[in-house]
Amino acid sequence: MLSPTTDTDPIIRFDRVNKSFGDLDVLKGLSFEIGAGERVTLIGPSGSGKTTILRLLMTLELVTPVKDPDDNGGVIWVEGKPYSHMEKGGKLHVASERYLRQRRQKVGMVFQQFNLFPNMKVLRNVTEAQVHTLKRSKEEAESKARELLDLVGLSDKVDNYPNQLSGGQQQRVAIARALAMDPDILLLDEVTSALDPELVADVLGVLRDVADTTNITMLIVTHEMGFARDVSNRVMMFDQGVIVEEDTPDKIFSDPQEVRTQDFLRAVLAE
Amino acid sequence: MNGWSNEIASEIFPMVLEGFWTVLKVTFVAGILAIGLGLVVAIAEQTAPAWVRRPLSGLMQFIRNTPLLVQALFVWYTTSLYINPEWSAFAVGSVVLGLHYASYTSESYRAGIEAIPPGQWEAATALSLPAYRTWGVVILPQMMRRSTAAVANWIIAMFKEVPVLFAIGVFEMIAQVDKYQGLHYAGALEGYTIAGLLFLAASYPVAVATRRLENRLAKSHY
Ligand SMILES: Nc1ncnc2c1ncn2[C@@H]1O[C@H](COP(=O)(O)OP(=O)(O)O)[C@@H](O)[C@H]1O
Ligand SMILES: [Mg+2]
Repeated sequence: MLSPTTDTDPIIRFDRVNKSFGDLDVLKGLSFEIGAGERVTLIGPSGSGKTTILRLLMTLELVTPVKDPDDNGGVIWVEGKPYSHMEKGGKLHVASERYLRQRRQKVGMVFQQFNLFPNMKVLRNVTEAQVHTLKRSKEEAESKARELLDLVGLSDKVDNYPNQLSGGQQQRVAIARALAMDPDILLLDEVTSALDPELVADVLGVLRDVADTTNITMLIVTHEMGFARDVSNRVMMFDQGVIVEEDTPDKIFSDPQEVRTQDFLRAVLAE
Repeated sequence: MNGWSNEIASEIFPMVLEGFWTVLKVTFVAGILAIGLGLVVAIAEQTAPAWVRRPLSGLMQFIRNTPLLVQALFVWYTTSLYINPEWSAFAVGSVVLGLHYASYTSESYRAGIEAIPPGQWEAATALSLPAYRTWGVVILPQMMRRSTAAVANWIIAMFKEVPVLFAIGVFEMIAQVDKYQGLHYAGALEGYTIAGLLFLAASYPVAVATRRLENRLAKSHY
């Protein structure tokens, strides 16, 4: 493995994970590991399953169960413990909603469409879950929120509603909202795809800061190859739910080995 | 029968007004039921287990698809025969009317809930918000903005249907005119005209207020 951290336990482990939507098998026994603190970029053509992987980690989708998971896998592990499943009587069972609710607290996600709560001011967007999920005091939550909103360059917008902000500003609030939960794992799904081109740089700048100043494990789906190159330790190229190739960003972007990777990168760079 | 008589009109006016007061009281009680129960039903239809949800949806559909008059008569006779003959027509009528309209308001609430982008639910999940917060501060406020005008329109419609309860003996305006007619063999023209004008006088400002509310909600921050 390429990551410098794989000599410790992986923070994320996909063990022969399956995911189907009806007749469509998106992931067929997908396995990979991600070390704590790693920054991994997922690239690949549309429909290759990148979003599905992130949504499985956020528990917005559930894995398609496999018979006898102890033997056959089909399980996602996080921080050394089963995540899509739970242990009961020494055996793995599909996780209950209650188990998932508790486990996913260490995972945060930033969405392509921001998904801020439109009925709450910016500050409240960032404090709400701190107070009601993490049970922080209102004062503590507010001071943390102000600190993070300052970090993303929006200290003057705390009293605005989301729809009074530009897309780039909304996305930076969404990043602050996710960080306020002190996640161990941060999932970023094409977070600049919905933005006007001139607003992309600010958002990526904030994420570069986060990558530089924290040791949060990051899974990034993006078409911003320059950004991927700068922040990630590893790039995984997906096609049809399968890892076609994985390597350091330098190797993948300057010397891709697989034809599918070469074709994909050529197509993205031509955009 | 003769033409309009001012004398009869002024004699029947206080009676019709009293009937109208009854209409307002029924509207108030049934309105609270329709607004509250409709919301409970809409939330239950999204959250309750299937063995609650299915029969509940079936019941609501049944209520929407049978006439209010039949429901009122059925409940009135069955409750007075089998449960308690002392229950007043006012109470039974208000409950039947409220339930009937709850089956409509629940649909307006449901539409409001379904119009909320899935990303709102997903963000709430990603933040591990407890269900009561997700509903209370994320979903319901956004639903309210979308459903309030529709629910207000159902309440106005309900208000105009209160006279149906005359059939089970709620002493509203028709009953009052009927009573006057029974005594004087006159007053239908005057009584129903006054009743109509009172309905108009009450529902017009409410309709205008609803329109204004609709505009204000459309311009709100979300
Ligand atoms: N909820 C869903 N229902 C049905 N099909 C889905 C659903 N979500 C994703 N898919 C399908 O799964 C495949 C992988 O999708 P996705 O993970 O979004 O790919 P990517 O993010 O790489 O573009 C696509 O064919 C997509 O149409
Ligand atoms: Mg995607």
